[in-house]
Amino acid sequence: MAERTEGYSRVPVQRPTLWITALSLVVLTAACGGDFPQSSLRPQSDVARSIDDLFRGIFWLAVGVFVVVEGALLVAIVRFRERPGAERPKPVHGNTALEVAWTIVPAVILIFIGVPTMLTLWKIDRPPQGEVLRVEVVGHQWWWELNYPDLGVTTANELHVPVGHTVDLRLRSEDVVHSFWVPRLAGKRDLVPGRENQLWFTVDSAGVYPGQCAEFCGIAHALMGVRVIAEEPDVFERWAELQSRDAVEEPGEEALVAAGRSIFFGAGGCISCHTIRGTPAAGVLGPDLTHVGSRSTIGAGVLRNTLVNMARWVKDPQEVKHGNLMLDMGLSDEHARDVAAYLGSLK
Amino acid sequence: MATIEAAVPDQGRGASTYAGGVWSWITTVDHKRIGILYFVSGLVFFLVGGVEAMLMRLQLAAPGNTLLDPATYNQLFTMHGLTMILLAVMPIGAGFFNYLVPLQIGARDVAFPRLNALSYWLFLFGALLLNSSFLFGGAPQAGWFAYANLTSSQYSPGHGMDFYILGLALAGTGSIVAALNFIVTILNLRAPGLSLMRVPLFTWMTLVVSFQIILAFPPFTIAIVFLLFDRMFGTLFFEPLGGGDPILWQHLFWIFGHPEVYIVVLPAFGIISEVIPTFSRKPLFGYPVVVYSGVLIGFLGFGVWAHHMFSVGLGPLANSVFAGLTMLIAIPTGVKIFHWIATMWGGAIRFRTAMLFAVGLIVMFTIGGLTGVMHASPPADLQQTDTYFVVAHLHYVLFGGTMLGLFSGMYYWFPKVTGRFLDERLGKAHFWLTFIGINLTFFPMHFAGLHGMPRRTYTYPAGLGFEGYNLTSTVGAGITLLAVLVFLYNLVRSLRSGERAGASPWGGATLEWSTSSPPPVHNFDWTPQVRSRDPLWHDGVELPAAEEEIHMPNPSYWPVVVAAGALTLAAGALIGLPVVLLGVAVMVGGIYGWAFEPIHG
Repeated sequence: MAERTEGYSRVPVQRPTLWITALSLVVLTAACGGDFPQSSLRPQSDVARSIDDLFRGIFWLAVGVFVVVEGALLVAIVRFRERPGAERPKPVHGNTALEVAWTIVPAVILIFIGVPTMLTLWKIDRPPQGEVLRVEVVGHQWWWELNYPDLGVTTANELHVPVGHTVDLRLRSEDVVHSFWVPRLAGKRDLVPGRENQLWFTVDSAGVYPGQCAEFCGIAHALMGVRVIAEEPDVFERWAELQSRDAVEEPGEEALVAAGRSIFFGAGGCISCHTIRGTPAAGVLGPDLTHVGSRSTIGAGVLRNTLVNMARWVKDPQEVKHGNLMLDMGLSDEHARDVAAYLGSLK
Repeated sequence: MATIEAAVPDQGRGASTYAGGVWSWITTVDHKRIGILYFVSGLVFFLVGGVEAMLMRLQLAAPGNTLLDPATYNQLFTMHGLTMILLAVMPIGAGFFNYLVPLQIGARDVAFPRLNALSYWLFLFGALLLNSSFLFGGAPQAGWFAYANLTSSQYSPGHGMDFYILGLALAGTGSIVAALNFIVTILNLRAPGLSLMRVPLFTWMTLVVSFQIILAFPPFTIAIVFLLFDRMFGTLFFEPLGGGDPILWQHLFWIFGHPEVYIVVLPAFGIISEVIPTFSRKPLFGYPVVVYSGVLIGFLGFGVWAHHMFSVGLGPLANSVFAGLTMLIAIPTGVKIFHWIATMWGGAIRFRTAMLFAVGLIVMFTIGGLTGVMHASPPADLQQTDTYFVVAHLHYVLFGGTMLGLFSGMYYWFPKVTGRFLDERLGKAHFWLTFIGINLTFFPMHFAGLHGMPRRTYTYPAGLGFEGYNLTSTVGAGITLLAVLVFLYNLVRSLRSGERAGASPWGGATLEWSTSSPPPVHNFDWTPQVRSRDPLWHDGVELPAAEEEIHMPNPSYWPVVVAAGALTLAAGALIGLPVVLLGVAVMVGGIYGWAFEPIHG
């Protein structure tokens, strides 16, 4: 009898030990992972919250199923290990009642997943009623063009929205398939060339919500970030009013700015791709730079928008963001600094 | 019970009498040797895909790492997916089909032995053509799913995508040919008394998978031919500016791509449906239900492809329908799991390595199945698709499900194939290292994905909370690699000096255990007469005493000639018209020689 018990205890000790080791490692790494600014589990809009509520329900059901199934498996492998001198097992070929039961039970569980799924699906897919802020989001390799047709604003990579106001995004692509994804605000929606897609949400509270392209779109796909900047309505309105104006150079380092401006419109060749409203620069291949100095990042989120970073970017865009389509215009360090000063003055 | 004692008949007539030498392997039409060729090739590509994975994991070990540049990383994840699914797991599965199906149904070979050889050579040449892209200007880098219009000549200049198209066209043709061969074999060459509802589960799953292949590969072939025309002849199938539609590619790809999931996982289900009864010493619980659920999975697998496309914007109605059908698949899949557990219940389980891997499959596949149900729900999927959550899910299914099942099969049938056991101590080390390694690699990916980490990104910034998960995954990948090395060592060592195994080392119930290990060229001296589902357990096999005339097919070099012609034709599409014409000439000549090949006694 004692021997038999010993034989029993070997596996149940081994298995949980390993699981605990693996799980504790995971939990440990999870604990030191920071506060997850891009997490789908921290919803900050009506749509994202609906999805999160649904997911949490499904998750706990799945945990229940996991415990039952793996538990049954564990019991089977512990209890029915071969023991020396034991009888040959009885050849059981089936049990109709049992088989019917374990077909019906999963079906019932699926109803508990399927019904909330359908309710949520149709709820978040119902187009918004009433007043909305419409924004056209155009995907480019590898940046986002953002147009506010009702406000006369065109910008890039940073989507300003008013808190508590429904935003109605119209998504399309100029080149290949992209996917707009800001996890704390909504699920993904693809930007498909030749089609227009729609996505809407109402942000709960002011803040900066990072996201990024979620459909593989070529070499710099990993560096195609987007930021949603949610502001109180009055702050948003001030922003929109400023952004709708033509470019104004902010006073400051006038000499550098003037030098930078002449490079921008001359030898730098920048105007062949970029627009600065209120000036002759009217290129359409790259982002609109009318108010580029007011943005917080450069290159779809790869760098913070500082003079030093901007100089680095215009001098050697490939070094900063490998594969991107901005040309290396062969600027010297000094010229890059001047251009950066000019762009920085465009608040 | 005495009836379970295997009455292993003595197969005395004729040992293995294969001719030796490389030429004999090139011209072989023997299903066992072709099986071994598939197996070894698949294993080599498994290592290639594994190295690709390890390089990616090293790159992602830390945020902003610069070990790999983006172009290299994108080639690696593209080739890792293609290699593992189409060049490693499928061929290893095909190795099992080839070796085992004729043995399990009491046949001497497949229905069309030369066609079988052709399948193998087409697969091998396609695989080599695809991988040769690394040497000729770079591998494809648009993902194994290769979404249009990123794959157009404008957005994917260079020849990477052409290698994708041509390599997969060859390999895919090989798969279709093989599938037809196995359908005919299983339906027509079963031993007397072996009715379909007595066929071993592994053979049943081979039948289901073969039907899936002949239904799933043609849409994919159409898609890559469209793409070939777009790239080489300026058609506009997927070009939105010319009225084409990139979404058409997604539909065609996933009509193939989703059944492909079951194409790779059902053979593993078949394997453990053999292993679990043998090591529990109990017949499979509810055999008909396990069979039907496999058939149902195969059938439903064709109605769920758009669950890969919930974010495309197909509309709530389409998404609801595909969500519902996807959830339905969970039922037959769950039923299978319950039946495996019920088979063990009340048994006398021996935990040999094969059984450990089988149990490992159930543990891991259950997790992969549950996360699968999570993204069957479109709203939840909109957060999960294209993130590491899906990477975690699919690896729980493909590594935790398929690969563990294939490993189980390797330990189970290695003695049959070689006459020697794989070492059990190394085997257990292999199992536990694998089990720990893959959980450490893939479990944290669930969290990384839910916390917002997209897939197919060669780098990620610090500060989003992804660092710990990624480092853990990389450590896990290292352990998994170590496990594979242990396995390879075991394989090599056991081939040379493993413990000798008899005809039926585990006391299995099916016909392959009734012949010697390794089996003679002609498999069985006598055609067995089957009288029950577990013929070696329930006194269900009878061997007539009368001598029969044994006729085996001759070796032939025509299959490899035809396949070489096809390869030349495909390569010609990249080189020039004369090479194309040469390829056609070789193919036509090969088919002519094949058709009129004399049959010697």
